[in-house]
Amino acid sequence: MEDLVDGLLSGKVRSLAKAITVVENDRPGKRELLKRIYPKTGNSYLLGITGPPGAGKSTLTDKVIANLRKQGKTVGVIAVDPSSPFSGGAILGDRIRMQQHALDDGVFIRSMATRNHLGGLAKNTVDVIHLLDASGKDVIIVETVGVGQDEVDIVRIAQTTVVVMVPGLGDSVQIAKAGVMEIADVFAVNKADREGADKLFSEIRAMLDMVKGDFKPEIFRTVAVDDVGIDELVQGIFAHGDRVLTSGLVKEKLAQKAESELRAYLVDNIMERSTGLTLYDDVVKRIAAKEITPMDGVEELFTGLGMTKGEN
Amino acid sequence: MDKKIKVLIAKPGLDGHDRGAKVVSRALRDAGMEVIYTGIRQTPEQIVATAVQEDVDSIGLSCLSGAHNKLFPKVVNLLKEKGAGEVLVFGGGIIPDEDIQGLKDAGISEIFLPGASTEDTIAFIKENVK
Ligand code: B12
Ligand SMILES: Nc1nc2c(ncn2[C@@H]2O[C@H](COP(=O)(O)OP(=O)(O)OP(=O)(O)O)[C@@H](O)[C@H]2O)c(=O)[nH]1
Ligand SMILES: [Mg+2]
Repeated sequence: MEDLVDGLLSGKVRSLAKAITVVENDRPGKRELLKRIYPKTGNSYLLGITGPPGAGKSTLTDKVIANLRKQGKTVGVIAVDPSSPFSGGAILGDRIRMQQHALDDGVFIRSMATRNHLGGLAKNTVDVIHLLDASGKDVIIVETVGVGQDEVDIVRIAQTTVVVMVPGLGDSVQIAKAGVMEIADVFAVNKADREGADKLFSEIRAMLDMVKGDFKPEIFRTVAVDDVGIDELVQGIFAHGDRVLTSGLVKEKLAQKAESELRAYLVDNIMERSTGLTLYDDVVKRIAAKEITPMDGVEELFTGLGMTKGEN
Repeated sequence: MDKKIKVLIAKPGLDGHDRGAKVVSRALRDAGMEVIYTGIRQTPEQIVATAVQEDVDSIGLSCLSGAHNKLFPKVVNLLKEKGAGEVLVFGGGIIPDEDIQGLKDAGISEIFLPGASTEDTIAFIKENVK
């Protein structure tokens, strides 16, 4: 464990990779590991890249990495792909588009399967971010799974969230449905080489015009496959970061992030502690037999766990 | 079920035949494994760097072009160099029978030829990944 921590902090690739495995699989030692590296975190710029399946998130990530490397920044990438709900297995293919960076010491890419976790990330993605952060990456990019409506966990943790949109997916509906007006800090209209890109651009702008406030997201046209529009996009990303900094919203964002992390553990922990108990099985049986309501069942469980409700 | 087996399926060299690699990737996924597929035209160096970053348990190499005798052992040697010699390496594709023993001597644990069932591959991985 000490070896892992020391190796990771001194930038050893294999230590970082092994530490991620410990964290990803909730192996013994995870808690201690996180405790050790936690003080060294908080220095990376965390960028989320999200959008519908096939929008070009991985291709765009690849080009953004190249751009950041030209600026001399080191980059960590977490590429999340869905697990099969049937077998629990997964094909993690995001990386195919990023293999030009495989031999660059300044880039570390890790694939994660959702393992049926909802929200567009894997259950332990946030902890893996901490490891990359502690290992000294200047920028960490998280590519979420192709999002549906409620898969937007990334916004609560990223400094800047880029929503990638593409023409031809039934645009106005796409915009409205994805709830992306709320989550995007920056828009990339990718596949701008395709018909309909201008229309999509104007539609997003029209929707944004209805949003009040100083934090209107910028929109960029990109052709990720041809490396077009990437400079502007990257500048736009950091410009957003600067705006957050100068606006004094940073504290709020950090608190929001901390709370979402705490909450995730809290929920897991309560489940973990409960499901092992005979009381738990007993409560389930009694609810099934209509003896008590699920709400009362919770009360009984919490009493059993020694958690009493505060006065209110 | 507590531990997911992670496998890198990779195509070293210039060989563009990717059907077999994709068939195998899907079969492993359907057997509950997490498969990283890196696409065609990978150098042994890229494959090994990827395997180290992803901390995979195993690497499956696919080659139909005839370059297996050069490329497969190179991957094994580079793994050792990077301190990742414990990673299980196996392979498949169009590989003449007379080459198989040499590959095994070079550290490739098993070779799966056309006609071999993916069930055998799955069983092999499950048995040999620690
Ligand atoms: C389809 C095919 C093509 C397609 C490929 C399409 C694609 N995207 O894959 C096309 C038309 C593009 C093609 C092109 C060429 N081909 Co071609 N092609 C074939 C063919 C007919 C079938 C291959 C195939 O897809 N099989 C189906 C898949 C599912 O089977 P598989 O790949 O063998 O995989 C199975 C096993 O081998 C094993 N396996 C394979 N990989 C792995 C990996 C692991 C980890 C494991 C566990 C198992 C495993 O499991 C799989 C499932 O059972 C074979 C002949 C043959 N009968 O094999 C020739 C063949 C492979 N091609 C050949 C040649 C020469 C070429 C060309 C050079 C032809 C030319 N002169 O232009 C080009 C080169 C292309 C390139 N860039 O590399 C030769 C190779 C000769 C050699 N090795 O010495 C073959 C053997 C034909 C021959 N008899 O001459 N080809
Ligand atoms: N025409 C065009 N095609 C693109 C562009 N960007 C990406 N593509 C193609 O779109 C396809 C999907 O690209 P990916 O980068 O894998 O998309 P993704 O959003 O990461 O996909 P998932 O992770 O599966 O949701 C690939 O075939 C890319 O080559 C672009 O700007 N223009
Ligand atoms: Mg992708």
